[in-house]
Amino acid sequence: MATEQTTAAELRAPEASALREAVALEHRPGRPSPVSATLTYTWRALLKIKHVPEQLFDVTVSPIIFTLMFTYLFGGALAGDVTTYLQFLLPGILVQAVLFTTIYTGYTMNNDITKGVFDRFRSLPVWRPAPIVGALLGDTVRYTIASIVTLTLGLVLGFRPSGGVVGVVLGVLMLLVFAFALSWVFTILGLLMRSPNAVMGTSMMVLMPLTFASNIFVDPSTMPAVLQGFVDVNPVSHLVTAVRGLMAGEPDLTAVTWVLVASVVLTAALAPITMRLYRNRS
Amino acid sequence: MSPSSTDDLAIEARGLVKHFTSGKSVTKAVDGIDLTVPEGTVLGVLGPNGAGKTTAVRMLATLLRPDAGTATVLGHDVVRDADKVRSVVGLTGQYASVDEDLTGTENLVMLARLYGFLGGSARARSTELLDAFGLGDAGDRQVKTYSGGMRRRIDLAASLVMSPRVLFLDEPTTGLDPRSRNQVWDIIRVLVADGATVLLTTQYLEEADQLADKIAVIDHGRVIAEGTATELKRSVGQGAVHLRLADSAQRARAAELVATVLGAEVSLANDPYAFSARVPDDGGPAVARLLPALDDEGIAVPEFSLGQPSLDEVFLALTGQPLDEDPGASDDETIEEVA
Ligand SMILES: Nc1ncnc2c1ncn2[C@@H]1O[C@H](COP(=O)(O)OP(=O)(O)OP(=O)(O)O)[C@@H](O)[C@H]1O
Ligand SMILES: [Mg+2]
Repeated sequence: MATEQTTAAELRAPEASALREAVALEHRPGRPSPVSATLTYTWRALLKIKHVPEQLFDVTVSPIIFTLMFTYLFGGALAGDVTTYLQFLLPGILVQAVLFTTIYTGYTMNNDITKGVFDRFRSLPVWRPAPIVGALLGDTVRYTIASIVTLTLGLVLGFRPSGGVVGVVLGVLMLLVFAFALSWVFTILGLLMRSPNAVMGTSMMVLMPLTFASNIFVDPSTMPAVLQGFVDVNPVSHLVTAVRGLMAGEPDLTAVTWVLVASVVLTAALAPITMRLYRNRS
Repeated sequence: MSPSSTDDLAIEARGLVKHFTSGKSVTKAVDGIDLTVPEGTVLGVLGPNGAGKTTAVRMLATLLRPDAGTATVLGHDVVRDADKVRSVVGLTGQYASVDEDLTGTENLVMLARLYGFLGGSARARSTELLDAFGLGDAGDRQVKTYSGGMRRRIDLAASLVMSPRVLFLDEPTTGLDPRSRNQVWDIIRVLVADGATVLLTTQYLEEADQLADKIAVIDHGRVIAEGTATELKRSVGQGAVHLRLADSAQRARAAELVATVLGAEVSLANDPYAFSARVPDDGGPAVARLLPALDDEGIAVPEFSLGQPSLDEVFLALTGQPLDEDPGASDDETIEEVA
């Protein structure tokens, strides 16, 4: 069937008269607003999820595997029983799942650059940050999916957050804000590196220590002093503390403030660098 | 818009330079290029691989900042007024720059929205373009399923969403089969007839000859010759006669005869039936005597042509390096229909 379609379309040579009409545009519309341009790029990101659903595979499967693995592997040993451990682990695993998803931001961006799609974007008369901000907004959809998958599995396994629906939603929102801010690290990598896979590899190297040397899996008070020092300054630990607190209905205001400030600082510092790289990328 | 006179320049570049440094080595990709393209005309930028064509186009299309020199498009500076330039130019890069994962329609609707078409008008614009480019039936398929020729057309359509007055086409037909190439040529002719200014780069002499009002030959980042196809050819010499005989055994004798009549050197072609000879400056009358003289000797000449030198010879004379002549034969990419 595909063959027939191709041939039919291929044989129909462009009609000169239709072409003439199409290029003789009577009315040129004005520039789109920054918001409209950004949302158009977000729409593109969503279309890509629709056409390449495989990209959701990692987003959905790895949180499932991690949750199951850590809950049943360590649950008994660490907390005495699986359900108790799950209350501790789930907010952390949620943070990990979403943070790993941010890597795709840099990966997709680098793909667009290598394929020449960004060249076209850069040759359009639109608000310059629109392609990047639009893509990042589209990525938050992926983060949301990862969150929903992890939470659903958690609930099935026995996760019972005392913060209730409000606490959980606030926790997820907090996580999305931070993930959006962190994505700028990956846009920079995406613009600097030569290939999508190089971006992937480097990003993993950054995220692995940040997530494992944190308070996601175990209480840091059981760790050696040196490691504890790192865990205490690790931004991921603060994020996990904030999300955990919100979901448990006992918000840790210091951690929440810390995360919000860090998000603002990351964005304020890294977004301009991203834009400069984007403008000058040759 | 300024009052337009016929010699208004659509594109003007002065001393454009772009060098790429990697480690210790410096590539002088573009090394001082001047170009002028009057409105409504076609400039063909002709050069071999690595000549600097893409780099030059990227600078003119505001994708790359020149190291030195200035360029304006319809009077807007490509660095200072980059945004104004972007709103009047369309670019079809050397490599397809549509999103392969999206369908043809989605690609065009997205671009139409980015150019400011709202809601339904974006979709209408997309449909109009797809139909005009013979892609009406393929609009709902992902671009990755398109054949090479279809990809080029959707890429061209994407550059024409807002009917730019200036169009940059970087090797628009490289890798296409002759039929698709002709389709692209026809599209370009329609655009030009409609008043667009086109700067197209190509490695193919025939293409520049067919489409361009003026040709700039570039090599190693510099313009080494500029003019109309005729002027370039004339700068090399008067032209040549090309003969192809019925019997290859007669070639030696025929060549000798032609050399004597014309008073010029003869070059034998690889084809054992064919040879050619340069026509000397005052060789007109001698050319007229060639066929009767051959006939007297009983040599049949089924093919005889008198032509100006080919652009290939021009290139050879200018650079000391021949060019690929046949676009179809030398391609490393072959384009087939998708199965
Ligand atoms: N981003 C870059 N970094 C380093 N070198 C580059 C870059 N872009 C181009 N070059 C070099 O600059 C020179 C000119 O390249 P360019 O792509 O402009 O040539 P071209 O005429 O378009 O060639 P082709 O016909 O193969 O497309 C080449 O030697 C190329 O390797
Ligand atoms: Mg090129």
